[in-house]
Amino acid sequence: MATATSILDRPQQSEQDYLWTLNFGPQHPATHTTLRLVLKLDGERVVDALPDIGFLHSGFEKLGEHLDYNQYVTITDRMNYISPVANGVAWHGAVERLLGIEITARCKYIRTIVTELARISDHLLCTGAMGLDTGAFTFFLYAFYQREVIYDIFETLSGQRFHPSYTRVGGLFHDFTPLVIDKIRTFLKNFPKTLEDMERLLNRNRIFVDRTKGVGVLSKNDATNMSATGPIARASGVTRDLRKDEPYLAYADLDFQVCCATAGDCFARYYVRMAEMRESLRIIHQALENLPAGPINIGVDERTTLPTKQQVYQTIEGTITHFELVMLNRGFTVPSEESYAAIESPNGELGFYVAGDGSNIAYRARCRPPSFIHFALFPQLIRGHTLSDVVAVLGSLNIIAAELDR
Amino acid sequence: MPAATETLDALKAKFGELPVSEFRGQTRVVVTKDNLADVMRLLREVRGFDLLVDVTCVDYLNYRDARNRFGLVYLLASTDSNERITVRVFLNEPDLAVPTMCDLWHGADWLEREAFDMFGIRFDGHPDLRRILMPEEFSAFPLRKDYPMQGRGERHNFPVITRSEA
Repeated sequence: MATATSILDRPQQSEQDYLWTLNFGPQHPATHTTLRLVLKLDGERVVDALPDIGFLHSGFEKLGEHLDYNQYVTITDRMNYISPVANGVAWHGAVERLLGIEITARCKYIRTIVTELARISDHLLCTGAMGLDTGAFTFFLYAFYQREVIYDIFETLSGQRFHPSYTRVGGLFHDFTPLVIDKIRTFLKNFPKTLEDMERLLNRNRIFVDRTKGVGVLSKNDATNMSATGPIARASGVTRDLRKDEPYLAYADLDFQVCCATAGDCFARYYVRMAEMRESLRIIHQALENLPAGPINIGVDERTTLPTKQQVYQTIEGTITHFELVMLNRGFTVPSEESYAAIESPNGELGFYVAGDGSNIAYRARCRPPSFIHFALFPQLIRGHTLSDVVAVLGSLNIIAAELDR
Repeated sequence: MPAATETLDALKAKFGELPVSEFRGQTRVVVTKDNLADVMRLLREVRGFDLLVDVTCVDYLNYRDARNRFGLVYLLASTDSNERITVRVFLNEPDLAVPTMCDLWHGADWLEREAFDMFGIRFDGHPDLRRILMPEEFSAFPLRKDYPMQGRGERHNFPVITRSEA
């Protein structure tokens, strides 16, 4: 309690003696992860909210200065663990920009497909948990069943359900097998029906609409001013989407739309996410049917990508490259430069600012975490609403504490 | 997307020759601590960089040929023209203070708090400059290069609060 009173020890407190202080979290079923809110209540109305974060801080950026460019993907997986592949794609995209590597066409398409699968999985969790918190339990179960199918695809792909660590510098850990492609096709066939069911459950549901419409309104100006990106900014009418505005991977070749809303309330954020899942399905479908042939990794001669086991054992170049990359005092040739690269992750702009110093370990690995930036919006969104709206607003922001605190 | 030439011309007209470099399609400009606030105001109000993407810091303690201790990095973007620009300021001890950007971009609030928490950079005029990720009683700045990865024993010597004291 000591910290709570010191945080709230503001000059105006004597005039506000009638206010009641409520600690929301760090262990509360509706925060879903570990974060704490100190709410100042006037009856049931929230006068002010003070987020208190850092419970899950584990020094990911410090670890990035001690693990090499390939090893760090196991840590980025654990940032936003709801869509881990997207973090790996962002991290290695940033490293490849620093190194000046151009990845192969097949790798670009595969990365696009897995990122979009991750987006669906992330949006399913976000909308599902939002439904759960506002009383729509069935909706949540529909969402989680489909998430399970996506986990199954990732397990077949990489051997790991939750933390696939699928990307590597200049390529991927493994190519798609026919079984994976089969599973994605089955998912593409079955998922639209579930999505329709989910939309029918909530889009016109009186309880859900009453609890989310007009709650936590974020204006377009505030959205950009507060650095919001991704579905949260798009629900407020900002049309920015890095997939369209700064096309990376294979997005320039694919036909899809940017989903926006203008209301900026919790319902709009829910609605934008539901609409984005449909677009993701279109993207995956196109990318899968036009998947280019060829290698997934760039050539062994470049000495930037780990060679396959077969290359290591059967060719001299493979052996040399493997040795060069794995030995501690050798590794990548990195310019002493700094660069930033970002992707449109499910939650917004996820970028890495990487500083290289010539060694094969990043000198600085800064992550621009969308959850962190979006959580700063919370006090502004909740002021004036009731206590029961806290969970609706929290759910619509999709705060993942592991990414929030890193 | 690199910054437009108009942006660089506008900077040049107002502040003279600033060190501008380009690396992999990114425009970076180095400014001094004194004209940081004016440069940022010009970028925000005249050139329309309405999105503060990130504020971060790099500690150049062990960096080869580095002349400055800290490099503060502002990543800006424009939601209209999709331009991006990186503004860097170099800082040295003991004077680790820069003006806050909170009045230009409200999003700077938490980002600056994080830079303060991790590197000890002070942002003058910040409305609420407290530690954000580390506990309040923590005294070191963990992302500085002279702070060891294992920590300095904080995990073993934390104060225990009993129920009666709580």
